[in-house]
Amino acid sequence: MVAPTTQPTTSASRGRSSSVSSYLYRHPRLRLAGLLSAPMLWLVVLYLGSLTIMLVAAFWSTDSFTGALVKKPTLSNFHTLLTGQVYWVVALRTLGIAVLVTLIDLVLAIPLAFTAAKVVRSRRLRYALVIAVTMPLWAGYLVKGYAMQTMFINNGVIDWMLAPLGLKGPGLGLAATIFSLAYLWLPYMVLPVYAGMERVPSSLLEASGDLGASTSQTFRGVLLPMIFPALIAGSIFTFSLTLGDYIMVKIVGGTTQMFANIIYDSFGVANNLPLAAAAAFFPIIVIICYLLAVRRTGALDNL
Amino acid sequence: MTFSNRTRWFLSVVTMLILVYVYFPLLVVLVNSFNSSKVFSWPPTSFTTDWWVKAATNDGVRAAVLTSVKAGLGATFIALLLGSMIAFAVSRYDFFGRESVSFLVILPIALPGIITGIALNSAFRSVLVPLGVSFGLITVVIGHATFCIVVVFNNVLARLRRTGTSLEEAAMDLGAGPFQTFRDITFPAVRSALVAGALLAFALSFDEIVVTTFTAGPGIETLPQWIFNNLFRPNQGPIINAVAAALLIAFIAPVYLAMRMSDGPSRVAQVGAEP
Amino acid sequence: MKQISRLLAATAASVVVALVAAGCGSSDTSTPSASSSTGRPAPPTLTAATAVGAGEGELNIVVWAGYAENGSTDPAVDWVSPFTSATGCKVNVKTGNTSDEMVTLMSTGQYDGVSASGDASLRLIYGGDVAPVNTDLVPNYKTVSDFLKLKEWNSVNGIAYGIPHGWGANVLAYNPAVVTPAPTSWGAVFDPASPYAGKITAYDSPIYIADAALYLSKTKPELKITNPYALDETQFAAAVALLKLQRPLISQYWAAYTDEVTSFGAQSTVLGTAWQINVNLINGEGKVKVESLVPSEGATGWSDTWMIASKAAHPNCMYKWMDWIVSPKVNAQVAEWFGEAPAQTLACAETSDKNFCDGYHATDAAYANSISYWTTPTTDCLDGRGAICKDYSAWSQAWTEIKG
Repeated sequence: MVAPTTQPTTSASRGRSSSVSSYLYRHPRLRLAGLLSAPMLWLVVLYLGSLTIMLVAAFWSTDSFTGALVKKPTLSNFHTLLTGQVYWVVALRTLGIAVLVTLIDLVLAIPLAFTAAKVVRSRRLRYALVIAVTMPLWAGYLVKGYAMQTMFINNGVIDWMLAPLGLKGPGLGLAATIFSLAYLWLPYMVLPVYAGMERVPSSLLEASGDLGASTSQTFRGVLLPMIFPALIAGSIFTFSLTLGDYIMVKIVGGTTQMFANIIYDSFGVANNLPLAAAAAFFPIIVIICYLLAVRRTGALDNL
Repeated sequence: MTFSNRTRWFLSVVTMLILVYVYFPLLVVLVNSFNSSKVFSWPPTSFTTDWWVKAATNDGVRAAVLTSVKAGLGATFIALLLGSMIAFAVSRYDFFGRESVSFLVILPIALPGIITGIALNSAFRSVLVPLGVSFGLITVVIGHATFCIVVVFNNVLARLRRTGTSLEEAAMDLGAGPFQTFRDITFPAVRSALVAGALLAFALSFDEIVVTTFTAGPGIETLPQWIFNNLFRPNQGPIINAVAAALLIAFIAPVYLAMRMSDGPSRVAQVGAEP
Repeated sequence: MKQISRLLAATAASVVVALVAAGCGSSDTSTPSASSSTGRPAPPTLTAATAVGAGEGELNIVVWAGYAENGSTDPAVDWVSPFTSATGCKVNVKTGNTSDEMVTLMSTGQYDGVSASGDASLRLIYGGDVAPVNTDLVPNYKTVSDFLKLKEWNSVNGIAYGIPHGWGANVLAYNPAVVTPAPTSWGAVFDPASPYAGKITAYDSPIYIADAALYLSKTKPELKITNPYALDETQFAAAVALLKLQRPLISQYWAAYTDEVTSFGAQSTVLGTAWQINVNLINGEGKVKVESLVPSEGATGWSDTWMIASKAAHPNCMYKWMDWIVSPKVNAQVAEWFGEAPAQTLACAETSDKNFCDGYHATDAAYANSISYWTTPTTDCLDGRGAICKDYSAWSQAWTEIKG
């Protein structure tokens, strides 16, 4: 920024506020401190501070009867989690669900975003398509959850539609959970992918076509590598949201348990904050590792 | 780019199918709001408008909407303030740790809500409650604001990066003071981004349930909580279908507005999807 | 981007800080001193109120769904609004879905009282979350059924910690159109070769382990189970093994009662444990007809107690509420709405269905005593065998394991 060295004298009416502003203007560091102090207080002290308080609790235990916190350091919660076979099974199942949900959303989001960003010529239709995919975000998580239950439940909408074909839907369970989560998170995948596609200059795709590449060659060889960071950005959401979900699986999952259920049940049901906090290490570690792994792709700039 | 007719045809069919996948369950919600059965059931047994009448006259819904609006406004206000401050700092200054700051803003939305919720809950319990501050609407506002900051930050940052500083410099060269420059140049430039960010932050807060569950005090019931509680009550289920259908319709206008105010569809990607 | 890894490193550092802080926190121990093997410690010494003054204008309570209706569910079902107009206490109702959730909510100290079942009440008493109740200040207590007073789940050493409210059995519900012949034993839900495999439901709570134990106490006498809430290592292992065998038979574990109503209605479920209110609701829907019974082995059940928080901000309103909710008229309303036996003997004259109390055996002490009421399992066995039993946290972890 080119700072003017002298300022015309301001009229007296602007008086003090002007002198304060001039002072601030001459001291950019002070301005920066002014801008950053409140947000940093919030994010570092309140948010990271809260996270730390919770993670500290992972090394405590509770009185087994009254549920009161016993603030004596122990690794027993980690021992429980690491040695219990069920926790490994649930953790792996949850990761598997997260991967499948992400894949389904990718398969759905890429053609949709491609159509909206590059195929549709009318600007109006393009907006309409993006709005159409965004709207369900506002329908309410729970409402969509129960809509999915109505779809998948025994004798529900899917069974009702398949009945004339002599088929039966999968019912409530693992498959219903995967499809419902993919349904819920789809907008979170479509939007960054669409934004990524929009940024790819159409001329580049045309050049590829002019040089003799087929549509699918152009798609695979030119477009896909360019939107890769956007795909990763979308996957961060589908992954994180799936790892944290405990409500949907209760609604459509039948007897299926996911990892967030273990966290929720430990905290909200068994009143065992230390065990919940220890379990929370799993999604935190997975997401931080994921962020580290995708850092080089530039995906975080696409977030 | 030109496409063969076959490609166009194929892509249109795929797009239509995806839209059916997206909208069919919502259609079921709408149809069920006229279904006289008291639990979620299919196919509908008979037609009734009872649930719509009950939803419209239900005091619980009205109180919950009011609570949600209050929480949303509070969270949006804080997010606007903090989010735009960080955006200005990040776009206008070069300082040590700048990328960490952007990353820190993302973190509350990148980590699952259940973790944010439990963390805030245990922090409030061990710090605020001993100080005599009990859980209430204010704790909900704090929780929501934490993950809403990011949507304002993103919208404002994108706008600031695009507009650059040349206009501001020109204004100052012409003798405008910093406050006048801000009032006449900078603020008008980011105004629509602020509106878009605010709408998105409000909407994000409005549908939030997990963080709310862990931060709400007694007697505080937001709309999603009301829905959650009523799903587990006899004779209430279908009212929720009516409320949901009404909400969906009510949201069309703000989403459209957000899109107009921001820079077209790609910025609406920030609905929460693009922290 | 380098700074991002720096921030990640900082996050890692905060974990280290967490470790250190955990170490430093050790001086701050706040547990009752003798929760180890020497038996149960005395609950914290708290005194009951001696008088009820004017209401504080507000009341925050944690309740089972259906216990505090204010007309928002059904305008005709409302005993909260009349309470508010009579006492000036505005009531904020928080619904707890499970006993565990209620204990968690009460431990926040934000509520004045709770309708606790037996698997929550002792934890609340020993956790110091609830105070003794001076029953003299609750005039309607006098006519509460005697067989509910001063029981092991609502009193300690002869000191009352709450006002009995209502009770019922966890019944076996079945769809007679599918399940023939009618079941007579809980064996129907535990039989690995059941023809209804995949269509059976069970209650989603650790306390359901007691249902398995109750069944084993009758079918495997060699295990010598006398109380389904007092299980030693072997007995506990047998109950857990039975439930793991049951797991493939289950269509859904229900936690919220509407879940069970929906799944019976959709015929995803045709057989399983239920509350009477669920059965009534399913039949009220008219799509599916469901029958219920108490099988030959007996049943587990609940006996709920209104308790007052030790740190209640509105104790006078809470005392007024406790008297209100067991007053004959209101107790009858709640009992009919929820589908349980009222605790108030005079309530039977106030029910709209005059046969209601007979149907629920409301004044039948022998029937009431045959139910194994939910009680919190403790290390110190409830049947007096010493400190060899599995406590609730073991039950809770086993439940996660059973569900897999």
